[in-house]
Amino acid sequence: MTATQGTATERTGAGSTTEWETVVGLEVHCELATATKLFCGCRNAFGDEPNTNVCPVCLGLPGSLPVLNRQAVELAMRLGEALGCTVRPSLFHRKNYFYPDMPKDYQISQYDQPINVDGFLELPDGSRVGIERAHLEEDTGKSTHVGGGGRIHEADHSLVDYNRSGVPLVEIVSRPDVRSGEQARAYVNELRAVLLATGASDARMEEGSMRVDANVSVRPAGSATLGTRCEVKNLNSTRSLGRAIEYEARRQIDLLTAGERVVQQTRHWDEADGRTHVLRSKEEAFDYRYFPEPDLVPLVPDDAWRESVRQSLPVLPAERRRRLATATGAVPGEVAVVVERGLDELVLAALDAGGEAQRLLVHAEHDLAGEPADALDPAALAALTRMEVAGQLTATQAKAVLAELVASGGDPAEIARAKGFEAMGDDALAAAVDEIIAANPDAWGRYQGGDAKVTGFFVGQVMKATRGRADGKAVTRLLRERAGA
Amino acid sequence: MGAMGGRISRDDVAYVAGLARLELSEDELELFTGQLAAVLDHAADVEALDTEGVVPTAHPLPLVNVLRDDVVRPGLDRDEILGAAPAVEEQRFRVPPVLGELP
Repeated sequence: MTATQGTATERTGAGSTTEWETVVGLEVHCELATATKLFCGCRNAFGDEPNTNVCPVCLGLPGSLPVLNRQAVELAMRLGEALGCTVRPSLFHRKNYFYPDMPKDYQISQYDQPINVDGFLELPDGSRVGIERAHLEEDTGKSTHVGGGGRIHEADHSLVDYNRSGVPLVEIVSRPDVRSGEQARAYVNELRAVLLATGASDARMEEGSMRVDANVSVRPAGSATLGTRCEVKNLNSTRSLGRAIEYEARRQIDLLTAGERVVQQTRHWDEADGRTHVLRSKEEAFDYRYFPEPDLVPLVPDDAWRESVRQSLPVLPAERRRRLATATGAVPGEVAVVVERGLDELVLAALDAGGEAQRLLVHAEHDLAGEPADALDPAALAALTRMEVAGQLTATQAKAVLAELVASGGDPAEIARAKGFEAMGDDALAAAVDEIIAANPDAWGRYQGGDAKVTGFFVGQVMKATRGRADGKAVTRLLRERAGA
Repeated sequence: MGAMGGRISRDDVAYVAGLARLELSEDELELFTGQLAAVLDHAADVEALDTEGVVPTAHPLPLVNVLRDDVVRPGLDRDEILGAAPAVEEQRFRVPPVLGELP
């Protein structure tokens, strides 16, 4: 695939080639982790009994008036600051459309004066995706379509639950800086990490508290103008997101290569058949007739509020990657998984306690996945890595000791002794190797004849004979010595 | 062209009526085109004023940051609200099939 490069080469009839570049902008809706809705005191909760968290405001009953939730503003500001946005005075507008899940017949949203503008998100590979805006708006109710196999156009009727109506959302709009499905996935993963770190949202795609739409276009590589874009919806996982972008870019390249043009459309991703299907064309696009919401006054966070938000932010993932990379001598992309697992503090503490950087990173990435490593003593972990680099424990033995440390704590040297992981002396190891060679003359002949494939056999046999106490590298070295190589 | 000439056309009125899901007769279209043009004429009087250097007014009230604390308050009883609905199914509001997808 050419996905990671974001370009594809097409051979035209004339034999000339065109490099295509995929251009993606992402719109992400996230439900904010407040106790109540954006404009009323109804509970903001997922999975409650239908229509149990409703009141005159979120049902759009006449005479009800919205009052803005301070915590929703605070969380939006936290996200804005975390994304390096300018947090600015903002207004609410009414976005008018008729749809039964929006009982007022308008959605209160922010239009031309959003609260957060002009930020960026730094991805683990070091690339930056610009953030155009991250604004506040309310969620709609939830419709269930009955009949027609749940398909909206064939439904007999729909059922509406207004528990979600009025739940606070931020809509985060990126600049068209994303160049592949893979980068889009990295963007969404990183955004989720920032949302979790700031406490703004639980960001669960599968529960719908994080929803992603992708604007996809293609253009000849090197072109500065944007191609005609299509908006792709119904992306329910980062996997769908990546697949849908690759498919949609391919579809557009095929059209252009065939001399046709791309029509601006909203398209629906079908996970089952792996394609996008047209939902509506630009001509059918809604006209929302935005106008200022007369029931809400302007939102003008003062300097003190913005400062207190900035002060309360935790260290964000990009900075944590940089910090860990600097401390371990790795590059930020290599330590992304460790930071994602939240093990960077442990590694840093173990480094301070004299641990060996490379072994610490390997354990954090491979041996502590899914383990409750919070209780792990950094000093014990550091001591374990020192034993490894001193040749007192093999990698396999170290893993076993580490598992014991996670489960029950203790001193790694004592655990190693208790498990019989006494450091194998050079003499004992050499004797074990010689024994195996003597017992397998045919295989040894092949090894001496230069058949590298039997190396694994000999290492395995020595491991078996020593019950895993041998160091694989040392065995390989001894085999080479014995063969006189 | 509308009755008052230029400010709003009959097609504009038909379009806005469509957005508002209003079905208007030919006579009504004619009538409302004239009425809306008159409203726009009135609003246009403001355009005659010199607003150079005047900050746009977002809201008539001299207030900003009217906020409430994030505290749950009791809402309405489900039986009561569903009792007010024309049709109910599975504790939800039953509505006619929806044509056209959400934005």
